[in-house]
Amino acid sequence: MINFGYSIAPTRVVNLDNCDFDKLQQLERIVPSFKRCINCGACTATCSAQQFTHFNIRKIKSLFQEAQYEKLAKELDKCMLCGKCTLVCPRGLNLRPIIMNMRKILNTK
Amino acid sequence: MDNYFHPFVIPFVLGAIFLFGICIWKYVRWFKHFDRLQRAVIRKNIFSWKFIPAVWEVIREGLLHIRISRKNLILGYMHRSIAFGWALLIIVGFVESRLTPTIDGSHPFWMAIFYRFFFHSHGTFAGAHVLTAIMDFLLLYVLSGILLAVIKKCYSKALGMKKATKHVVFDRFAKASLWCIFPFRLLSESLTACIYHNGGFFTQFIGNLIPTEFALTFEMTSWTLYSFALGTFFVSLPFSRYMHIFTEMVLIFFREWGVREKHERTGYTMYELSACSRCGMCIDNCPLNKELGINNVQSVYFLRDLRYKKNKPEIADNCLMCARCASDCPVNIDLMAIRQQERNKRNFDTEGNYHYLDNVQPFNAIGRIGYFGGCMSHLTPGITESMKTIFEVAGQRYWFMDEDRSICCGRPLLQQGYNQQAAELRRKLTELIKKSKVTMLVTSCPICYQTFKKDYKLNIPVIHHTEYLNMLIKSGLIKVRMDDLKTVYHDPCELGRGCGIYKEPRQVLQATTHLVKAKQEGEDSLCCGINLGDTLIDINQQKKIRDAAVENLMHRKPDLIATACPMCKKAFVHSTTLPVKDIAEIVRENLRS
Ligand code: SF4
Ligand code: SF4
Ligand code: SF4
Ligand code: SF4
Repeated sequence: MINFGYSIAPTRVVNLDNCDFDKLQQLERIVPSFKRCINCGACTATCSAQQFTHFNIRKIKSLFQEAQYEKLAKELDKCMLCGKCTLVCPRGLNLRPIIMNMRKILNTK
Repeated sequence: MDNYFHPFVIPFVLGAIFLFGICIWKYVRWFKHFDRLQRAVIRKNIFSWKFIPAVWEVIREGLLHIRISRKNLILGYMHRSIAFGWALLIIVGFVESRLTPTIDGSHPFWMAIFYRFFFHSHGTFAGAHVLTAIMDFLLLYVLSGILLAVIKKCYSKALGMKKATKHVVFDRFAKASLWCIFPFRLLSESLTACIYHNGGFFTQFIGNLIPTEFALTFEMTSWTLYSFALGTFFVSLPFSRYMHIFTEMVLIFFREWGVREKHERTGYTMYELSACSRCGMCIDNCPLNKELGINNVQSVYFLRDLRYKKNKPEIADNCLMCARCASDCPVNIDLMAIRQQERNKRNFDTEGNYHYLDNVQPFNAIGRIGYFGGCMSHLTPGITESMKTIFEVAGQRYWFMDEDRSICCGRPLLQQGYNQQAAELRRKLTELIKKSKVTMLVTSCPICYQTFKKDYKLNIPVIHHTEYLNMLIKSGLIKVRMDDLKTVYHDPCELGRGCGIYKEPRQVLQATTHLVKAKQEGEDSLCCGINLGDTLIDINQQKKIRDAAVENLMHRKPDLIATACPMCKKAFVHSTTLPVKDIAEIVRENLRS
């Protein structure tokens, strides 16, 4: 089979009724612009880290929104905080503080 | 008078002893917290000629306050009259008391301060009249400064003008007593002059207006109040902002000897914190205050809270790191370094996860110039494309090291206190650059430029592309023509105040276009707002700061806005109908074959 360099994401079911959104609410309090994301993916497309490895900042954000925190902290450490994503976001999300605060919240027990 | 002591001098004497005791105690304690390198540099320079510029600066800044005068004449006069006038009053007073023959030959130190109380006769030595007149003149000089201070206080309050600095309790105490000292001195000397006719031109003039009865009743009270005012001022001084009077002078010496702020807080930082006079010069031009009305984060409050240990992390974070305050500060405190120290204290400085960079391979670039565009230049391809053309036209062999993908220089992490992660990126890039054997590094982004220059140890020249273009034009490697546009140049914070590059970009622009001035430029230039320093303000607030920066450039109605930073360019393009170009793009368009 030809390898096109991408694959189909495995099917996922998240029951939002069973999720604990404390962390999300915490983040939204600190960086209110988080709510404005339309998941357009411009941030991921421009991301410096993404050019070297599998790193999808948009996806991380939506996982965070769905309270799927597993392995996120380690994944977030791939970000170089360069700020390109913040500059291209059409919805004016302040992405660097979002990343910094996600790290902080995920590292706090 | 046959005895040179009177109980009323006690508050003054005790106050003075307390003051010097506390100062010495504090200074010794802080000095103990200097780090090894800071001490070494002091040892090396303490007995060198650096002593001379230090003394000169103490006179200029500690007494004459030249830097404040340059920003604000009246404020400068106020500070100068109080500091310089008072110093002279003490020196001349000391000379006067020394020259006066005393019965037992003793000259206790309070004699100079309460001279007219102890010596009632006029002209006990040659030239005494002249000294008396000088003392009166100096007293008037100081009083004029105090008067200005009172007016400034009432006036700015009454009109709700400029945010006067919010002060702590000790400041109020100290200030009230400071304001009382000189009026009481005038009153006491005048009362004594009324009784004994030993005053100078002014005190005698006032003394003659006072009824003798009144003078006889209140002379003692007035001298006592004078002594109390001095004593109170001295006791509150070490805990108030007036601690800056002595600390600034000590600080100037340390700085001349080569001591600098470190990554963490040291004893030197304590000197800097106390050297802040809370003059408030850093408030007015801070973009957060000016455009957004945020008025609790400016350097004056930041330093004050640090000094009194009331600091909150939000304050350190809410700052663009634009360094405008640092260039306005008349004491030249290293404000950016101190703010960075607080950010460095974050407990989330974890290891990075940058193993994905391991397989980025160096390139064999022996004899070539390394060109580093930086992440941001990838968003402004006009800049990198222009640089490529210019390299080729100039016949320079180069290696565009981040042409396809960019490793971040690490400064954005560094600024937010993620030092370990920044160091990992630095290690990777250093390895790449060293192994590629480039002869020189040219960067297009001032953020990268600053960190390559200050935090990397590359052992090759690192220059910004504006410097490089200037070299190419000067050496004739590229030829440019003049266009007929009026161009205004925006100084990027990181390039100007950050690295001191003001001249080269202007020289390039003068060779290619008609450079006109912005309203505020050079060290006073405004931040473009869309920078990486502040993580607490949102996009709408950033836009307000940006709009103010654009407004500032419109002063001479230019046809073109030039800048030298991809981020400033990105910021401005959405805010104006004028074209916004990087200097590299302007040069490329004006290349002549
Ligand atoms: S660019 Fe902005 S709006 Fe689009 S996905 Fe990223 S954060 Fe959301
Ligand atoms: S700041 Fe992080 S997520 Fe955003 S573009 Fe840079 S590396 Fe990617
Ligand atoms: S930091 Fe500098 S400018 Fe600001 S109040 Fe202190 S001395 Fe004045
Ligand atoms: S660096 Fe800029 S934003 Fe920060 S306090 Fe100073 S003037 Fe204000």
